[in-house]
Amino acid sequence: MTEQLIEKIETMEKKHEKEKHQREKEYPKSSLTLKIYRANRRAGESPHYDRIEVPVQRWTTVLDALLYAKAYKDQSIGIRYSCRMASCGSCGMKINGIPRLACYTKVSELQGREITVEPLSNFPHIRDLVTDFSQFFAHHHNVEPYIQNDIADMQEKNKLTEFIQTPEDVDKYLQFSYCIKCGLCYSACPTVATDTQFAGPQALSQAYRYFIDNRDTAPKERLNLVDNRHGIWRCHFAGSCSAVCPKGVDPALGIQLLRGHLLGYSKNEKKVAELEERQKRD
Amino acid sequence: MEHLCSLGANNKKMAMLRESQIMKIHYITGVAAIFVVAVHIMMRIAIMPYGMSLEYENVIANYQNIPYIVLLESILVLVSIHGFNGLRVILLELRQSKKWEDGVTVLTIAAMIALIAYGTRTIIIANGLGFE
Repeated sequence: MTEQLIEKIETMEKKHEKEKHQREKEYPKSSLTLKIYRANRRAGESPHYDRIEVPVQRWTTVLDALLYAKAYKDQSIGIRYSCRMASCGSCGMKINGIPRLACYTKVSELQGREITVEPLSNFPHIRDLVTDFSQFFAHHHNVEPYIQNDIADMQEKNKLTEFIQTPEDVDKYLQFSYCIKCGLCYSACPTVATDTQFAGPQALSQAYRYFIDNRDTAPKERLNLVDNRHGIWRCHFAGSCSAVCPKGVDPALGIQLLRGHLLGYSKNEKKVAELEERQKRD
Repeated sequence: MEHLCSLGANNKKMAMLRESQIMKIHYITGVAAIFVVAVHIMMRIAIMPYGMSLEYENVIANYQNIPYIVLLESILVLVSIHGFNGLRVILLELRQSKKWEDGVTVLTIAAMIALIAYGTRTIIIANGLGFE
């Protein structure tokens, strides 16, 4: 009886050991090295990389790893973050050379035992992983990213104005409205790298988002805003903006659709809708 | 911020054509150039052997053929417009300032006109019109 029990315990132990090895095989990363770009030109600190060992789990994100490094290893690491759930777009950085959101990138999906984190390209650098978004937001501001509607009566403050849209109308711009202004597309854009006045994929896709919205009544003005030397025509359609977007927005598509409207070959849905409306009235 | 918001505003002033109109011309000339160059190549290899077509007498004879002259002139004009606008676009991305951009635009237009004028002169001389 005792021997049987011992045998049973040994079998269980072997099974447990086997499962443990299996788990380790599947999730071998118990710690990894963060190679962090460090620079603070104002303080006279020249650019260099710091290597910091951090413990990780399968579900650890790069932001978690960075915050661990900041909390327990080096409190001077400059990093910007807020929501930790890919909603605010604050923690954009280059992870292993690709612009990504640190809070949305798990260490388990990255190759190797070392993760390189660098500030976003095409943005003026402030410190460590923090970049200046003023120019990026200025481009966004330039395309007037809000509904302009002359018909709506905004004078009577107490009166609620309703804009009725069909699901088809919403579908035309819905994906572009998911943009969180994280700047990853702007960082990945090869045109922005050479032409700082180029509006960039984010601003141009937002121009399309409001252009195609049937509540907006200023499509011509919108087209004029992007139809200049550093406007929509400077896009080379590399498509890297769409590849890096964490929210599944396709800025390259928006740019090409807007170009179609500028060249005059795209079907203008607004004109068609107006004609249909007029036909119904007649 | 005010300065940043005016980014790109300087390029709205000096423009006879809107950028969309320029790019329309760019695309149309590009597609048309493919067509006329294809016709030109076909004429080089379809009518007689390629080596023979490059002999002096045959080249001069080509310039006596009015439809062929029209074809050569179209290639010259279409490729010049398309090529120099392409060069302008590349140079605009190289540096950004009103002075540079206006300078690049003026220089590329001047170079385009000069090349078309020089090519047209060659066609006229080879045709013999210049000696009559």
